[in-house]
Amino acid sequence: MSFEAMLKQARLDGDFKPLVAAIPYAGLIGLQFQRFGKDVLFQLPKNDDNIGNPILPAIHGGVIGGFMELSASLHLLMTMETLAMPKMIDFSLDYLRAGRHQDTFAECQVWRQGSRVANVAINAWQAERTTPIATARAHFLLTR
Amino acid sequence: MSLSLLTRAQRFVATLRHCQVLGLSVEQADEQLLVMRLPYREQIVGNPATGVVHGGSLTTLMDTACGTAVFATLPGFELCPTLDLRMDYMKAATPDIDLLAEARVTRVASSVVFTECEVVQRHGDEREVIARCAATFMRIGENMTPPEFRARIEHGDDA
Repeated sequence: MSFEAMLKQARLDGDFKPLVAAIPYAGLIGLQFQRFGKDVLFQLPKNDDNIGNPILPAIHGGVIGGFMELSASLHLLMTMETLAMPKMIDFSLDYLRAGRHQDTFAECQVWRQGSRVANVAINAWQAERTTPIATARAHFLLTR
Repeated sequence: MSLSLLTRAQRFVATLRHCQVLGLSVEQADEQLLVMRLPYREQIVGNPATGVVHGGSLTTLMDTACGTAVFATLPGFELCPTLDLRMDYMKAATPDIDLLAEARVTRVASSVVFTECEVVQRHGDEREVIARCAATFMRIGENMTPPEFRARIEHGDDA
């Protein structure tokens, strides 16, 4: 099945699990999600393979970034009418705290969706939402 | 005995578990440039319809390439956490071709190190820029490096 067909099916069924399962990178880092109406909570369960420095130990910063990027594009797919995978134009990521070897969460906010470009803010946290480990924003090119 | 930049860089990357999962390797490291390879593999694909790698794997590549350049350049085995990354994804990567990050340290200040990086793919003699990044790192001091980590860099696997 093509990605577009899978996306249509996911919207029809209200179930994006098969679509996310078809993305190899999501499986590599172990991304999961839960939908609460229009809200989506993304989760990156504790995973030894996501560790950067094992002596600290801390999640590799690149994995935190990849998790947030993937969360943002999936958030757009789940909440908007885009017909294909949004293409990331740029991504700006600020690290606020070390990502400890434990579960990580992310949520996204679409500040603006134009006809071609969407601006998305992403926050990631571990123990408490109010003490984020990283904050980012991304621009996506939307394919119609 | 002082270690070469290449050895320092290679041993540093060898300690990073997720980088072993991705198969990252240091190809070149000198005062001017660090080159790191991300092999094309199915597991890093972001769009199953096209086989294009996910930007997240490029984020890890660029963060690691810049961070490794910082680590190899600073004399004292300093671990510098990433403060921020700013990435431009200029072109979708071509499937089945490895990605090369070319990272440079542009300024070492007392508390902060500035870097930049380009991710390229080579098609014969042609060099195609896929992504570009500016990354900033914090210096937290040599004495913050755990002794066992320092030993793994100084002595390699036999530490």
